[in-house]
Amino acid sequence: MVGLEHYLLLSAALFSIGLYGVLAKRNAIAILLCIEIILNAVNIALAGFSRYITPLELTGQVFAIFIMVVAAAEATVGLAIIMAIYRSRGSVDATKIDLMKW
Amino acid sequence: MALTIGFWILAVVAVIGALLVVVLKDVFRAALSLVLALVAVAGIYVTLSADFLAGVQILVYVGAISILLIIGIMLTREVQQGNTTNKFRIPAFLTALVFFGVLCFVFLSTPWQVSGVDPLVPTAGPLAVKLFGEDGYILTVEIAGVLLLAAIIGAIAMAREK
Repeated sequence: MVGLEHYLLLSAALFSIGLYGVLAKRNAIAILLCIEIILNAVNIALAGFSRYITPLELTGQVFAIFIMVVAAAEATVGLAIIMAIYRSRGSVDATKIDLMKW
Repeated sequence: MALTIGFWILAVVAVIGALLVVVLKDVFRAALSLVLALVAVAGIYVTLSADFLAGVQILVYVGAISILLIIGIMLTREVQQGNTTNKFRIPAFLTALVFFGVLCFVFLSTPWQVSGVDPLVPTAGPLAVKLFGEDGYILTVEIAGVLLLAAIIGAIAMAREK
Protein backbone atom coordinates (compact mmCIF):
# COMPACT_ATOMS: atom_id res chain seq x y z
CA MET A 1 0.00 0.00 0.00
CA VAL A 2 1.28 3.43 -0.93
CA GLY A 3 1.52 5.89 1.94
CA LEU A 4 2.52 9.49 2.54
CA GLU A 5 6.20 8.54 2.90
CA HIS A 6 6.32 7.16 -0.65
CA TYR A 7 5.18 10.47 -2.10
CA LEU A 8 7.55 12.43 0.14
CA LEU A 9 10.51 10.28 -0.89
CA LEU A 10 9.61 10.66 -4.57
CA SER A 11 9.45 14.41 -4.00
CA ALA A 12 12.85 14.36 -2.26
CA ALA A 13 14.40 12.37 -5.13
CA LEU A 14 13.08 14.77 -7.79
CA PHE A 15 14.16 17.80 -5.72
CA SER A 16 17.71 16.43 -5.33
CA ILE A 17 18.01 15.68 -9.05
CA GLY A 18 16.87 19.22 -9.83
CA LEU A 19 19.24 20.67 -7.24
CA TYR A 20 22.18 18.86 -8.83
CA GLY A 21 21.17 20.17 -12.26
CA VAL A 22 20.82 23.76 -11.04
CA LEU A 23 24.25 23.67 -9.39
CA ALA A 24 26.15 21.79 -12.09
CA LYS A 25 24.74 22.85 -15.46
CA ARG A 26 26.45 25.30 -17.80
CA ASN A 27 23.56 26.12 -20.12
CA ALA A 28 21.20 28.70 -18.58
CA ILE A 29 18.14 27.08 -20.19
CA ALA A 30 19.13 23.69 -18.75
CA ILE A 31 19.17 25.41 -15.34
CA LEU A 32 15.60 26.62 -16.02
CA LEU A 33 14.56 23.03 -16.88
CA CYS A 34 15.98 21.83 -13.55
CA ILE A 35 14.13 24.61 -11.68
CA GLU A 36 10.89 23.27 -13.18
CA ILE A 37 11.77 19.79 -11.81
CA ILE A 38 12.31 21.30 -8.34
CA LEU A 39 8.95 23.12 -8.41
CA ASN A 40 7.19 19.91 -9.47
CA ALA A 41 8.82 18.03 -6.58
CA VAL A 42 7.45 20.61 -4.14
CA ASN A 43 4.00 20.32 -5.73
CA ILE A 44 4.04 16.52 -5.27
CA ALA A 45 4.86 16.98 -1.57
CA LEU A 46 2.05 19.54 -1.14
CA ALA A 47 -0.52 17.35 -2.92
CA GLY A 48 0.61 14.38 -0.83
CA PHE A 49 0.18 16.29 2.43
CA SER A 50 -3.21 17.50 1.23
CA ARG A 51 -4.30 13.93 0.41
CA TYR A 52 -3.05 12.15 3.54
CA ILE A 53 -3.11 14.68 6.39
CA THR A 54 -6.03 17.02 5.58
CA PRO A 55 -8.08 15.05 2.99
CA LEU A 56 -11.15 17.30 3.26
CA GLU A 57 -9.42 20.71 3.31
CA LEU A 58 -7.64 20.87 -0.10
CA THR A 59 -5.35 23.65 1.16
CA GLY A 60 -2.26 21.89 -0.16
CA GLN A 61 -3.77 21.71 -3.63
CA VAL A 62 -4.56 25.46 -3.53
CA PHE A 63 -0.92 26.12 -2.67
CA ALA A 64 0.17 23.85 -5.53
CA ILE A 65 -1.98 25.84 -7.97
CA PHE A 66 -0.38 29.11 -6.81
CA ILE A 67 3.07 27.54 -7.18
CA MET A 68 2.17 26.70 -10.80
CA VAL A 69 1.17 30.35 -11.40
CA VAL A 70 4.48 31.55 -10.00
CA ALA A 71 6.36 28.92 -12.02
CA ALA A 72 4.76 30.15 -15.23
CA ALA A 73 5.74 33.74 -14.40
CA GLU A 74 9.25 32.62 -13.48
CA ALA A 75 9.77 30.68 -16.72
CA THR A 76 8.56 33.66 -18.79
CA VAL A 77 10.78 36.24 -17.09
CA GLY A 78 13.75 33.82 -16.94
CA LEU A 79 13.56 33.12 -20.66
CA ALA A 80 13.26 36.84 -21.42
CA ILE A 81 16.41 37.52 -19.38
CA ILE A 82 18.23 34.68 -21.16
CA MET A 83 17.14 36.07 -24.56
CA ALA A 84 18.41 39.54 -23.63
CA ILE A 85 21.76 38.09 -22.47
CA TYR A 86 22.05 35.97 -25.62
CA ARG A 87 21.44 39.00 -27.80
CA SER A 88 24.04 41.15 -26.07
CA ARG A 89 26.74 38.52 -25.37
CA GLY A 90 26.07 35.77 -27.93
CA SER A 91 26.03 32.93 -25.42
CA VAL A 92 23.83 31.37 -22.74
CA ASP A 93 26.73 29.80 -20.85
CA ALA A 94 26.00 30.57 -17.19
CA THR A 95 29.70 30.40 -16.26
CA LYS A 96 30.49 33.24 -18.70
CA ILE A 97 27.71 35.56 -17.50
CA ASP A 98 29.91 37.30 -14.94
CA LEU A 99 29.11 40.96 -15.56
CA MET A 100 28.18 41.55 -11.90
CA LYS A 101 31.01 39.47 -10.44
CA TRP A 102 33.43 41.55 -8.38
CA MET B 1 -3.83 -2.37 -5.67
CA ALA B 2 -4.14 -0.67 -9.05
CA LEU B 3 -3.23 2.57 -7.27
CA THR B 4 -0.03 1.02 -5.92
CA ILE B 5 1.07 -0.36 -9.31
CA GLY B 6 0.23 2.95 -10.99
CA PHE B 7 2.17 4.91 -8.38
CA TRP B 8 5.30 2.80 -8.79
CA ILE B 9 5.24 2.94 -12.60
CA LEU B 10 4.66 6.71 -12.60
CA ALA B 11 7.28 7.32 -9.91
CA VAL B 12 9.92 5.36 -11.85
CA VAL B 13 9.03 7.19 -15.08
CA ALA B 14 9.20 10.58 -13.32
CA VAL B 15 12.58 9.87 -11.74
CA ILE B 16 14.01 8.48 -15.00
CA GLY B 17 12.74 11.52 -16.92
CA ALA B 18 14.29 13.89 -14.38
CA LEU B 19 17.58 11.96 -14.46
CA LEU B 20 17.65 12.13 -18.26
CA VAL B 21 17.24 15.93 -18.03
CA VAL B 22 20.52 16.19 -16.13
CA VAL B 23 22.34 13.35 -17.92
CA LEU B 24 21.57 13.84 -21.64
CA LYS B 25 24.16 15.72 -23.70
CA ASP B 26 21.60 17.38 -26.00
CA VAL B 27 19.57 20.22 -24.44
CA PHE B 28 16.67 19.62 -26.82
CA ARG B 29 16.40 15.95 -25.80
CA ALA B 30 16.70 17.02 -22.16
CA ALA B 31 13.66 19.27 -22.66
CA LEU B 32 11.72 16.38 -24.23
CA SER B 33 12.54 14.10 -21.28
CA LEU B 34 11.40 16.94 -18.98
CA VAL B 35 8.03 16.72 -20.76
CA LEU B 36 8.00 12.96 -19.99
CA ALA B 37 8.68 13.65 -16.31
CA LEU B 38 5.94 16.33 -16.21
CA VAL B 39 3.36 13.93 -17.69
CA ALA B 40 4.34 11.32 -15.10
CA VAL B 41 3.91 13.92 -12.33
CA ALA B 42 0.39 14.62 -13.68
CA GLY B 43 -0.30 10.88 -13.29
CA ILE B 44 1.05 11.05 -9.72
CA TYR B 45 -1.56 13.77 -9.03
CA VAL B 46 -4.26 11.40 -10.32
CA THR B 47 -3.11 8.71 -7.85
CA LEU B 48 -3.40 11.39 -5.13
CA SER B 49 -7.04 11.97 -6.25
CA ALA B 50 -6.13 15.55 -7.25
CA ASP B 51 -7.85 15.48 -10.63
CA PHE B 52 -8.03 19.26 -11.17
CA LEU B 53 -4.34 19.58 -10.32
CA ALA B 54 -3.52 16.89 -12.91
CA GLY B 55 -5.46 18.78 -15.57
CA VAL B 56 -3.75 22.06 -14.69
CA GLN B 57 -0.38 20.28 -14.76
CA ILE B 58 -1.00 19.05 -18.32
CA LEU B 59 -2.33 22.44 -19.46
CA VAL B 60 0.26 24.71 -17.85
CA TYR B 61 3.45 22.62 -17.68
CA VAL B 62 3.18 20.18 -20.59
CA GLY B 63 1.21 22.57 -22.78
CA ALA B 64 2.72 25.97 -22.11
CA ILE B 65 5.95 26.03 -20.07
CA SER B 66 7.67 23.16 -21.91
CA ILE B 67 6.83 24.70 -25.31
CA LEU B 68 8.19 28.04 -24.08
CA LEU B 69 11.44 26.37 -22.94
CA ILE B 70 11.80 24.46 -26.24
CA ILE B 71 11.32 27.71 -28.20
CA GLY B 72 13.99 29.26 -25.98
CA ILE B 73 16.37 26.39 -26.73
CA MET B 74 15.76 26.74 -30.47
CA LEU B 75 16.27 30.52 -30.39
CA THR B 76 19.56 30.43 -28.52
CA ARG B 77 21.23 27.92 -30.87
CA GLU B 78 23.30 26.36 -28.10
CA VAL B 79 21.99 22.89 -28.94
CA GLN B 80 25.11 21.89 -30.81
CA GLN B 81 27.30 22.97 -27.89
CA GLY B 82 25.45 20.57 -25.63
CA ASN B 83 24.24 20.24 -22.09
CA THR B 84 27.63 20.21 -20.40
CA THR B 85 28.41 20.63 -16.74
CA ASN B 86 30.61 23.22 -15.08
CA LYS B 87 33.60 22.59 -12.83
CA PHE B 88 31.39 22.10 -9.75
CA ARG B 89 29.98 18.78 -10.97
CA ILE B 90 31.28 16.60 -8.13
CA PRO B 91 30.60 19.08 -5.26
CA ALA B 92 27.11 19.63 -6.70
CA PHE B 93 26.53 15.85 -6.82
CA LEU B 94 27.69 15.48 -3.21
CA THR B 95 25.48 18.40 -2.13
CA ALA B 96 22.44 16.86 -3.80
CA LEU B 97 23.22 13.46 -2.27
CA VAL B 98 23.62 14.87 1.25
CA PHE B 99 20.45 16.92 0.82
CA PHE B 100 18.58 13.80 -0.32
CA GLY B 101 19.86 11.89 2.71
CA VAL B 102 18.78 14.63 5.12
CA LEU B 103 15.33 14.84 3.50
CA CYS B 104 14.90 11.04 3.68
CA PHE B 105 15.90 11.05 7.36
CA VAL B 106 13.46 13.86 8.20
CA PHE B 107 10.57 12.39 6.19
CA LEU B 108 10.97 8.89 7.63
CA SER B 109 11.56 9.90 11.25
CA THR B 110 8.69 12.44 11.55
CA PRO B 111 5.51 10.89 13.05
CA TRP B 112 2.99 12.14 10.45
CA GLN B 113 -0.59 12.29 11.71
CA VAL B 114 -2.14 10.56 8.72
CA SER B 115 -5.91 10.89 8.54
CA GLY B 116 -7.85 7.80 7.50
CA VAL B 117 -10.65 9.77 5.82
CA ASP B 118 -11.21 9.17 2.12
CA PRO B 119 -10.32 12.26 0.03
CA LEU B 120 -12.81 14.43 -1.83
CA VAL B 121 -13.57 13.31 -5.40
CA PRO B 122 -13.92 15.25 -7.70
CA THR B 123 -11.95 18.21 -6.42
CA ALA B 124 -12.84 20.92 -8.97
CA GLY B 125 -15.97 22.15 -7.18
CA PRO B 126 -14.52 22.23 -3.64
CA LEU B 127 -11.37 23.89 -5.02
CA ALA B 128 -13.48 26.61 -6.64
CA VAL B 129 -15.26 27.21 -3.31
CA LYS B 130 -11.88 27.31 -1.59
CA LEU B 131 -10.44 29.80 -4.09
CA PHE B 132 -13.41 32.11 -4.71
CA GLY B 133 -15.81 31.52 -1.80
CA GLU B 134 -16.08 33.36 1.49
CA ASP B 135 -13.06 32.99 3.79
CA GLY B 136 -11.21 31.73 0.72
CA TYR B 137 -8.12 32.79 -1.19
CA ILE B 138 -9.77 35.43 -3.39
CA LEU B 139 -7.19 38.12 -2.55
CA THR B 140 -4.39 35.70 -3.44
CA VAL B 141 -6.10 34.88 -6.74
CA GLU B 142 -6.23 38.58 -7.61
CA ILE B 143 -2.58 39.05 -6.66
CA ALA B 144 -1.66 36.02 -8.79
CA GLY B 145 -3.40 37.66 -11.75
CA VAL B 146 -1.48 40.90 -11.20
CA LEU B 147 1.75 38.89 -10.89
CA LEU B 148 1.12 37.19 -14.25
CA LEU B 149 0.37 40.54 -15.90
CA ALA B 150 3.56 42.04 -14.46
CA ALA B 151 5.56 39.01 -15.63
CA ILE B 152 4.16 39.29 -19.18
CA ILE B 153 4.88 43.04 -19.40
CA GLY B 154 8.34 42.54 -17.92
CA ALA B 155 9.15 39.72 -20.34
CA ILE B 156 8.04 41.81 -23.35
CA ALA B 157 10.06 44.80 -22.12
CA MET B 158 13.20 42.69 -21.64
CA ALA B 159 13.03 40.48 -24.72
CA ARG B 160 12.10 42.97 -27.48
CA GLU B 161 14.62 44.44 -29.86
CA LYS B 162 15.99 47.77 -28.68
